[in-house]
Amino acid sequence: MIGELSRRQFLRTAGAGVAGTTLGAMGFGGAEQALAQSVRPFKLAKTTETRNTCPYCSVACGILMYGVGDGSANNKQAIMHIEGDPDHPVNRGTLCPKGAALLDFVHSDTRLKYPMHRKPGSDKFERVTWEFALERIARLMKDDRDKNFVAKSKDGVTVNRWTTVGFLAASATTNETATLTYKVVRSAGIVAFDNQARV
Amino acid sequence: MTNSWADIGWTDLAIIMGGNAAEAHPCGFKWVVEAKANRGAKLIVVDPRYTRSASVADFYCPIRPGTDIAFLGGVINYLLSNDKIQHDYVKNYTNAAYLVNPAYGFSDGLFTGYDEAKRDYDKSSWDYQVGEDGFAKLDDTLQDPNCVFQLMKKHFAIYTPEMVERICGSPKDKFLKVAEMIASCSTPTKTMTSMYALGWTQHSKGSQNIRAMAMVQLLLGNIGVRGGGMNALRGHSNIQGLTDLGLMSNLIPGYLTLPTEKEPDFNAYMSSRGFKPLRPGQMSYWQNYKKFFVSFQKSMWGEAATAENNWAYDYLPKLDVTYDMLRVFDLMVQGKMTGYFCQGFNPLMTLSNRGKLTEGLSKLKWLVTMDPLDTETSRFWENHGEFNDVKTGDIQTEVFQLPTSCFAEDEGSLVNSGRWLQWHYPGQEPPGEAKLDTWIMAQIGQKLKALYQKEGGAFPDPILNLTWNYADPNNPTPQELAKEMNGSALADQMDPKDATKVVVEKGKQLSGFAQLKDDGSTQAFCWIYTGCWTEAGNQMARRDKEDGGTGLAPKWAWSWPANRRILYNRASSDVAGKPWDDSRKLVYWAGDKWAGIDVPDYGAAFKPEQTVGPFIMNPEGVARLFTRKMMRDGPFPTHYEPFEAPVANAVAPKIRGNPAARIFKGDFAALGSSDKYPYVATSYRLTEHFHQWTKHVWVNAVLQPEFFVEISEELAKEKGITKGGWVRVWSNRGSVKAKAVVTKRIKPLMVDGKPTHIVGIPQHWGFMGAAKKGMNPNSLTPFVGDANIETPEYKAFLVNIEAIASGPVA
Repeated sequence: MIGELSRRQFLRTAGAGVAGTTLGAMGFGGAEQALAQSVRPFKLAKTTETRNTCPYCSVACGILMYGVGDGSANNKQAIMHIEGDPDHPVNRGTLCPKGAALLDFVHSDTRLKYPMHRKPGSDKFERVTWEFALERIARLMKDDRDKNFVAKSKDGVTVNRWTTVGFLAASATTNETATLTYKVVRSAGIVAFDNQARV
Repeated sequence: MTNSWADIGWTDLAIIMGGNAAEAHPCGFKWVVEAKANRGAKLIVVDPRYTRSASVADFYCPIRPGTDIAFLGGVINYLLSNDKIQHDYVKNYTNAAYLVNPAYGFSDGLFTGYDEAKRDYDKSSWDYQVGEDGFAKLDDTLQDPNCVFQLMKKHFAIYTPEMVERICGSPKDKFLKVAEMIASCSTPTKTMTSMYALGWTQHSKGSQNIRAMAMVQLLLGNIGVRGGGMNALRGHSNIQGLTDLGLMSNLIPGYLTLPTEKEPDFNAYMSSRGFKPLRPGQMSYWQNYKKFFVSFQKSMWGEAATAENNWAYDYLPKLDVTYDMLRVFDLMVQGKMTGYFCQGFNPLMTLSNRGKLTEGLSKLKWLVTMDPLDTETSRFWENHGEFNDVKTGDIQTEVFQLPTSCFAEDEGSLVNSGRWLQWHYPGQEPPGEAKLDTWIMAQIGQKLKALYQKEGGAFPDPILNLTWNYADPNNPTPQELAKEMNGSALADQMDPKDATKVVVEKGKQLSGFAQLKDDGSTQAFCWIYTGCWTEAGNQMARRDKEDGGTGLAPKWAWSWPANRRILYNRASSDVAGKPWDDSRKLVYWAGDKWAGIDVPDYGAAFKPEQTVGPFIMNPEGVARLFTRKMMRDGPFPTHYEPFEAPVANAVAPKIRGNPAARIFKGDFAALGSSDKYPYVATSYRLTEHFHQWTKHVWVNAVLQPEFFVEISEELAKEKGITKGGWVRVWSNRGSVKAKAVVTKRIKPLMVDGKPTHIVGIPQHWGFMGAAKKGMNPNSLTPFVGDANIETPEYKAFLVNIEAIASGPVA
């Protein structure tokens, strides 16, 4: 993912070089070892660095996310630190009070983890499977589309629109998500279609 | 943005009006600070509140919410009356010399052709005089009383400094100081940049607010130059991308438009999209509309889109009206909507008049939310005491709350305000069973398709024939989708100069939108993005920031269109192609070609003597000071009061609000008047919070834990409100309880001889998340939008306020 020598790798190497040479050159051979043992390992040294973009405003500050874990079954990836990307030509490493707290967004207590369903009139959400939720949503869509699809206007013009189901898209999703969303929504004939650019 | 963030570092004067960059876009605002430090640039802030942007400004001027056009009209009048315009630019690069139909007129606040019953205009007179050759007529002396220049002078003459003070409450001496500073940028070697955001869009005349400043910038010659431009700072991280990709009721990707039912067939559709040049030799680049449209249809429906079926024209829905959010919620209240999807959108908190929203959502049969966070919209049916006082058992809406990934788990591109498409990578898996939005959309699309395959039903063709060439149909990858946005050749593309030579082989990625065809041999989902993922790979992931200090960063990521960093950059040089400012060369004529540090926004083969205008998208080739029939509420901006205003319109006393803005009957009845609601309210954001998201974030919830409203010391004294005490604020639509922040940052303004108080109401609280439960301005805001694009009037409405003993009960 990262072609060049990362900043962290560089710091790690340079740091080791300094410890290994300066003190030794000054004749503190034993002290060098003692010092090396006393220094806490640099926390980010064993992390994976990933480049991302702050998801809030459109300044789109470059960020670096540091994660532990390699993604294998028993070693889940988890981001443990986020900071500004010093190479980014707009933010040059800085972050605002929102961007600086991104780690707490990623790990927020109110992050959703499971599909939930609220029955009509019910006072609670109940956990359901993805299969249940998606099958039911597709069925509800199909039934309403078949019932309310407008093929022709009163004047007999072919209009092929579906006005009774609407879709609000998210202006914090990627272009790629937006592309797929557009395809699914528009091909169904949905016209009640908007995103936050409206508000 | 016409320009980009780092380019702001090249300005001489930044004006922040209709935004608050220091708080809402802090890391972009630093480029104003750079310009101040390195170039001696100045900063002006015009805002109802003394914001953090104002605190570092060289000059601050207060203004009453909703009166920006009067202020900017005053600036235009000042520039014209004092001859502070860049003459060569105005004459050659704008339509100042164009002659307008003599039937066009303006009186008593209305343009010619108003129909009060329809709240709309017959716009036929709002156009140029066209000669027998089909070209617009000009008067190069700018003296003809019907030329745009003279009409503009007449239109804005009413906005004297005295009138500005009377309407806006901005003291005359302060207004004049701002006008003088702006006027200093009328020379070719001084530029001003305009930085604005929702403070301008969220009005019933938001589009015209922005047009007014665009006119100022054109008169100063500040469009297309470094350190200049109209710079929409924009809100969400990909609000630019979602707009580019057309995820709105009436759009097709790349700013093409959906047909209306007045365009029953493809010929009718194309007949109003010919974009024939209005002056000889002009580029009028939208003449390529058909190429972009056909390539989109081919991208959507592949072999099912043929010349014989007019590229599957009938697969597109045709509009009777625009189904903007305000209309859709109104339809819900009428019981005319069945289901609604909210993908990363929390409308219960973010659209106006919450009471109406709850009523609408309660009438849906079903609601689907997709979000990384537990939103109020997904729990609109849940009782939270005063914070969400609903009768749960009565609400029959079935709700699905689907958990999605967040940015940190997602791969793909986002478009920043400077139009840069930047690629990012995931650092972890979504928690629990949360899924990528692409996976969810693929499931919905595939399951719906399967039902139609199995059962048949209403017009299944566009669903069944939708292009779906993904390796795993259930999980399209960001790479596949990005290549699809860019587009590819469906047949070998031959060299136009040599028919034996293949330029792009069948199946290969296109390298630019100039390669698109209207014969069905190319496909591109979004023509302005063509070039983002070429045969050379993913241009959006480029990471070379080196630009010699120009701030353009041409090798960092990829910018639409064609990796161009400053739009209209041909206008940075005079008619002969010589830079206006040698110290800020951008694009210029190098004797045999156009050269410079940016991709020229111009035809490479044009010679200066051909006098092709720099605004190549317009059929005129020049920018429009007079915007013909293109906007619903007039060809020039004009002052209208907000729908709820403390005074009558000083220039047109009979008119309430924007006369061409749509307002539904019930919503008109729900407007309050200044006798019951004497205070002007405005909503805004804080630097510690982002809309309704960061109240879920522990650090931000600690930084700004609790809902408050901000009032002046004078109002506090008048109403017996103490610092930190509880207040109730109410409008004709709803009521909120909040802590009072009594501050010197907001001062009463003298409007039309009366002291006028302002109540500031930040947006960030609700009943979910880590912050204290709270309310927000949308319990109060009016349900009316901008005349052109229906963005609600969140920034100016009327309220009353009183001290109360204690806060809300959860």
